[in-house]
Amino acid sequence: MGEIVDIIIIGAGPAGLSAAVNALVRGKRVRIFSNRDNNLSKAERVDNHLGFYHMTGKELMDKFKEHAEAMGVKIEDGKAVNILPLGDSFMVNVNGQIIESKKVILAMGISKVKELPGEGRLLGNGVSYCSTCDGMLYRGKDAVVWDQSHDAWEEANFLQSIGVNVTFISNKPRHENLSDNVKYIKGRIEEIIGENTVEAVNTGEEIIKTDAVFMLRDAVAPDTLIEGLELDGSFISVNKYMETNIPGLYAAGDITGKPLQLSKAVSEGLIAAQHAALQIDKKES
Amino acid sequence: MAENIKIINSTQEFDDMIKENRYVLVDFWAAWCAPCRMVAPVIDKVADQYKEKIIVAKVNIDEQQELAIRYGIQTIPTIIFFKEGRLASKEIGVKPLSSFARMIDSNIA
Repeated sequence: MGEIVDIIIIGAGPAGLSAAVNALVRGKRVRIFSNRDNNLSKAERVDNHLGFYHMTGKELMDKFKEHAEAMGVKIEDGKAVNILPLGDSFMVNVNGQIIESKKVILAMGISKVKELPGEGRLLGNGVSYCSTCDGMLYRGKDAVVWDQSHDAWEEANFLQSIGVNVTFISNKPRHENLSDNVKYIKGRIEEIIGENTVEAVNTGEEIIKTDAVFMLRDAVAPDTLIEGLELDGSFISVNKYMETNIPGLYAAGDITGKPLQLSKAVSEGLIAAQHAALQIDKKES
Repeated sequence: MAENIKIINSTQEFDDMIKENRYVLVDFWAAWCAPCRMVAPVIDKVADQYKEKIIVAKVNIDEQQELAIRYGIQTIPTIIFFKEGRLASKEIGVKPLSSFARMIDSNIA
């Protein structure tokens, strides 16, 4: 499992990078994972972040990354699949790799995760969010992979390579690196069908029989990621230190609620990281 | 792994265990499964905390495929609580100690 790190940060937008910089300047060992472009980089123009103006979201985001990298932050590509609190520490599953840390900061931003009909009911009964976790159970069987993230094709290839018969459903044209053996269908999934286990998916145009559906979104919904996490609507509830109802687990940025603004995200990242660092120091002194 | 966790090596051994013991908690797992490695220390804690009250066992689904099929294991880890030989409750995926404690407490009360 490797050495225990001080703080794992999920998400590398303004909140995550601010948390990373602040944790690092306090001498903490940090790992930060990101799996997608964040919303800021799509903003046409930002004029309300003090000291920076007449800039595009992408220009700002590049500046933030440059700053973070200059301070020694290394952004790793990865998606958190589960987080397990163990009392004094956490185990975090990032694409099947298990990492232990003293604190965790969630800064994934908001993602429009809309559950499909049948998805929640069949989760764990053929519906899976992690190919490296559940793939082996479907060797010699059929699986549908729904492409909703930039690396879904890699997971489809992985499944095919271990002996799963994969059908890749995507809105995008066939990915050039998708294995030749993987069947490709252009489209989307509207419904997952099955009584007790997955039997088929409905694309709106056809019913495809399958034993499993891998829903590879770019983010896992926060309350699916970690059992018992308290939400306020679709946002994560936090106290003034940005700590959630689970001790040692923090949230910062858009994920904690409105206003969904850059300056708020940066501030919350700082508060979360400083409090987490302080708690680690207190415990170890 | 905690010393008081029973490793199941055959279907017969499993059937005897759930017949002879009133309360049994079984962790269905496999070596390649990362979430199973996350849950393992939690299961150790369960075994420790409930050592006078229940039996805790592990079934490797690659080695005991008959049992995996019998209980329809579709995702691992799957943790099943057996009461008087019958499936009483099931937890799927990575869960904290409190979830297992709740599952056990509600069944042994």
